[in-house]
Amino acid sequence: MTVSEVSFPNNRYVLLKLTDSQPLPDIRPGQFVEVLVQGSPSTFLRRPISINYVDRENNQLWLLVAMVGEGTKTLGQLSAGDKLNLVFPLGNGFSPVQQTGEEVLLVGGGVGVAPLLEYGKYLKAEGARPSFLLGARTKNDLLLLDLFRSIADVYITTEDASLGEKGFVTHHSILSEKRFDRIAVCGPKPMMVNVAKYAKQNDIPCEVSLENMMACGLGACLCCVEKTVRGNVCVCTEGPVFNINDLTWQI
Amino acid sequence: MADIRVNIAGLDMKTPVMTASGTFGYGLEFADLVNLSDIGAIIVKGTTLLPREGNDYPRMAETPSGMLNCVGLQNKGAEYFCQHIYPQIKDLQTNVIVNVSGSSPDDYAECARLIGELDKVPAIELNISCPNVRQGGMAFGVTTDGAASVVRAVRAAYSKPIIVKLSPNVTNIADIALAVEAEGADAVSCINTLMGMAIDIERRRPKLSISTGGLSGPAIKPVAVRCVWQVAKAVKIPVVGLGGIMTAADAIEFLMAGASAIEIGTANFIDPAVSVHVAEGISEWLDRHGCKSVQEIIGQVQ
Repeated sequence: MTVSEVSFPNNRYVLLKLTDSQPLPDIRPGQFVEVLVQGSPSTFLRRPISINYVDRENNQLWLLVAMVGEGTKTLGQLSAGDKLNLVFPLGNGFSPVQQTGEEVLLVGGGVGVAPLLEYGKYLKAEGARPSFLLGARTKNDLLLLDLFRSIADVYITTEDASLGEKGFVTHHSILSEKRFDRIAVCGPKPMMVNVAKYAKQNDIPCEVSLENMMACGLGACLCCVEKTVRGNVCVCTEGPVFNINDLTWQI
Repeated sequence: MADIRVNIAGLDMKTPVMTASGTFGYGLEFADLVNLSDIGAIIVKGTTLLPREGNDYPRMAETPSGMLNCVGLQNKGAEYFCQHIYPQIKDLQTNVIVNVSGSSPDDYAECARLIGELDKVPAIELNISCPNVRQGGMAFGVTTDGAASVVRAVRAAYSKPIIVKLSPNVTNIADIALAVEAEGADAVSCINTLMGMAIDIERRRPKLSISTGGLSGPAIKPVAVRCVWQVAKAVKIPVVGLGGIMTAADAIEFLMAGASAIEIGTANFIDPAVSVHVAEGISEWLDRHGCKSVQEIIGQVQ
């Protein structure tokens, strides 16, 4: 694919908008790509990156990348016109709409907010009622807020109270004020575990999107396994999205 | 166009390129990304008599020009393979070879016997070199007696070609190769992964759940070429070369060192169609150098 636009939501994240001469394939929210990083000698394997947004009108695929290591920092040096080799779409994605008008809370933190944008757009288009609950350390760590707000209500927590309510996502008052039919969460593991606990206590179906370290992304190498009630399964093919009831987390 | 067909232990292959066990699933995982019938042989995931859960996560660490893994032979067992996976892959237009592992010679033999009943599996690769399981695996592959005992047991239970996959974690790999040749192995493949380790210095603990793992990728290629060269000079049976092959040039090195065919492993994670690209590259190289057949370069470096 060809890089058509590069922007930096803040100094630790890059948003890549990619396009192709071919129409994009069918993509389900929550699916991911495996990116070949070129020009970084220490980066040997592809990097799994979740799909942030699919813009059918412009035939664009958006990747929101946290620049944490050599590989992802190299992706931050791309410019418009560069080519990027992707294997996609991979993984199973989030559940489709269960019933019209259902209230779905999408909880995200860090780069975990990325796939929720596409999922929120999809849910709204299919007649569900999504809301976002986004958590961050400070307001500067919140990404793509305008885009999230253009889709649905956005509830925010920050640890320093610089925006929204103070604390972690599980402290937000919306959780006691409103009843949701389903929850989907993607973010740091402690956040996902805490949201999963809340969901379980309140008997709300909940899906989490995991980001175990991967090599192939195709279910061949068996490196990214997660323990489930069915034994060790590949996050790349049986996930990355799992129902919390299938996991062996202590919640 | 140069002729790149090869024959390993009676197996006709369209190209000298096979996919290595544990890096290509059962082939089907890659069916959307590469034409499976253009691959010389697909060696499917290591199979044991009984199901295995493998080791805990994390099982992988990226390293300079390679990776460590400690998957630990996760698989659903020979019976599951025969009943559920074999029917899906038996009609693939390539050689489907099953990699067999175990924790005792009897174990290996029984697993091989079950696989031997499958008409469309023309050969097995015997894994006596997995560094990631406590019992069996590499324990057999590091002594001549251990290696011989497994091949002897399997030879008695399995009549089709046996390729024995050797460990590089030994003092003299040629001795092991000679020991398995003497017990009736039809070919050897070398090398399996090199035992390695990586440490997360912030957490002050190993990156892998069982501390050590098998190193693969281009980092091990020179070691693998050397092993192939040593083994090919020692034995009369064909040698299959693997270890860090990413390109046709890499593959040609192995062929010149004495490999009659090659396997591609870790590179499948980076380019799912690499096995076909490498075969094309070998063919182009031969044409460019006026070679009519791949046979002309096999073992050319003495």
